[in-house]
Amino acid sequence: MEKNKPIISVSNLVKNYDDFKAVKGLSFEVYENEIFGLLGPNGAGKTTTLEIIETLRSKTSGEVVVDGYSVDAQANAIKSIIGVQLQAAGYYPNLNLVELLELFGGLYGVAVNPMQMLEKVNLQDKAKAKYKALSGGQKQRFSIATTLINSPKIIFLDEPTTGLDPQARRNLWDLITEIRNQGTTVVITTHYMDEAEQLCDRVAFVENGQIIALDTPDRLIDNLIASGFERKKEVKKANLEDVFIQLTGKEWRE
Amino acid sequence: MQKYSHTRATLALAKASFRSIMRSPSAVVFTLAFPLIFILVFGFLGGSGTKVDVALAPHSDLQNPIVGALDKMPIVKLSKNDSQENINKKLEKGEYDALITVEKNPAGRPAYITHVKYTSASLDKGNILKSLLNELSYELNMQHVQPTVTEIRATTVTGRAYHYIDFLLPGQLGFSLLSTGVFGTAFVFFSLRQNLVIKRFFATPVKRSSIVLGEAIARIGFALIGAVVIILIGHYFFNFTLINGAITVIDMLILAFFGVVVFMGFGFVVSGLAKNESTIPPISNIITLPQFLLSGTFFSIDAFPTWLQPISRALPLTHLNDAMRKVAFEGAGLWDVKHQLLILLLWGIGIYAVAVKTFKWE
Repeated sequence: MEKNKPIISVSNLVKNYDDFKAVKGLSFEVYENEIFGLLGPNGAGKTTTLEIIETLRSKTSGEVVVDGYSVDAQANAIKSIIGVQLQAAGYYPNLNLVELLELFGGLYGVAVNPMQMLEKVNLQDKAKAKYKALSGGQKQRFSIATTLINSPKIIFLDEPTTGLDPQARRNLWDLITEIRNQGTTVVITTHYMDEAEQLCDRVAFVENGQIIALDTPDRLIDNLIASGFERKKEVKKANLEDVFIQLTGKEWRE
Repeated sequence: MQKYSHTRATLALAKASFRSIMRSPSAVVFTLAFPLIFILVFGFLGGSGTKVDVALAPHSDLQNPIVGALDKMPIVKLSKNDSQENINKKLEKGEYDALITVEKNPAGRPAYITHVKYTSASLDKGNILKSLLNELSYELNMQHVQPTVTEIRATTVTGRAYHYIDFLLPGQLGFSLLSTGVFGTAFVFFSLRQNLVIKRFFATPVKRSSIVLGEAIARIGFALIGAVVIILIGHYFFNFTLINGAITVIDMLILAFFGVVVFMGFGFVVSGLAKNESTIPPISNIITLPQFLLSGTFFSIDAFPTWLQPISRALPLTHLNDAMRKVAFEGAGLWDVKHQLLILLLWGIGIYAVAVKTFKWE
């Protein structure tokens, strides 16, 4: 795979809500087939930025190009090559998972084999279940299945692991890595730095509507150490989460 | 890549929405169960007509022509074996409309004397009984006498029997369409918006018009299926008159279509105005209840006080009900109810103008 070929370019992106400046001139590129993380505290502008790229929100100014399409002129072309998982989105009421996937097939205009989609996210047992009846981890996996319906080039995941237990989180990381390995570019937001470190090829730190750092997790850490930073406490070879996983097993239960 | 089909997206939404409606208990209850229960209850009440409850004094002689004649009258319900104490109580409450005592006249002529005790608790039925008794005594007395002045020979023209169901069913159908249109549409669009379902839809290439159209197809389809069920149950179980058979049913469904489209407009407005889920029922009730009560659902609006009638006549449901009754019972064609349809159309234009202003996608 050719490295460093941009599939998303954002330049000088600005979004104002009345007086509030949510995004203040963001610029970054996402490379083809990488897992790109947008990190930062709540209200930093991550979700707004994502939604502008996803064509769900209008921008105040700046340029956003997704796989050669401009968000201004070719929103529909972009929609058909991306998959979107929204933070806290629900699904059509009273339908089971198979019916929901059929609905999305119609909305994307593609033939869909619901059972195959469910298999990809390991939910084939829940085919006849309603979305509401799923556990947190299952809900997120189903949401990811809906992003894959149109065989997108890029998928956007907004805090997919928030609220999940360590097992479900790890399980989701595996799923996301697998999707990337099949050739899809992944853009993800998260609050968990261990997750970003494990999962993302490159991360951008967003703070106050601006990008304050962008690099591979490794290099960002090395730079910090090079500046003389030292952890107050000696790092052990394992942390409490490792203990949790060791004690409760890696197996994912729901 | 194949070309994106908006029709396909619309139909996928219609299918999903229809499935969802069929599984939603409130939709089925409001559209089918309520109207049918009302038809059942009021249909039987109305069908039995007026009854006059008359108590016969205890220990009365039953072998006289007066009791015999009263017994044969379908309108009179004669209770023969009640105790005096009970009778007095029930007279006071109006459960009996009158007490009758028939005595043999010891003087010989007339052969019997009939005492009637009416109750002020039920004067109107007492009056019915009074005229029944007058007629009865006249007939009994005249049995062997040639009339000297005149004899009244009345005949009745045989017409189509107008049952209460012919009035009731169109009203209930209108109510069903109103609640499906208003409540259903308001709840669905509100919850789709609130739960970011619509936002997720927007991340697909689907058009907004497809979302509205898909929902509309499902809801109208559901409402019309409900209408067919109500009409058929009414026809086969309650003798609802369908003057031109299948043509009448089709005309009624066309009217139902116009009705539900207009009522959905109210639903769109409510979904836009509602700030949260719990404000939807009150706002919807403000729209549906007055129409339910004032649009001649149970009683003709001619029975309302005159100051109320103009209000009734301004409501869309009144005109839908009116048109339905004309079509179903009088056999009017759709062109004959153009006046009613025009008013519905005006309501439609008005409400959709408001809906466009108030409807929110996000």
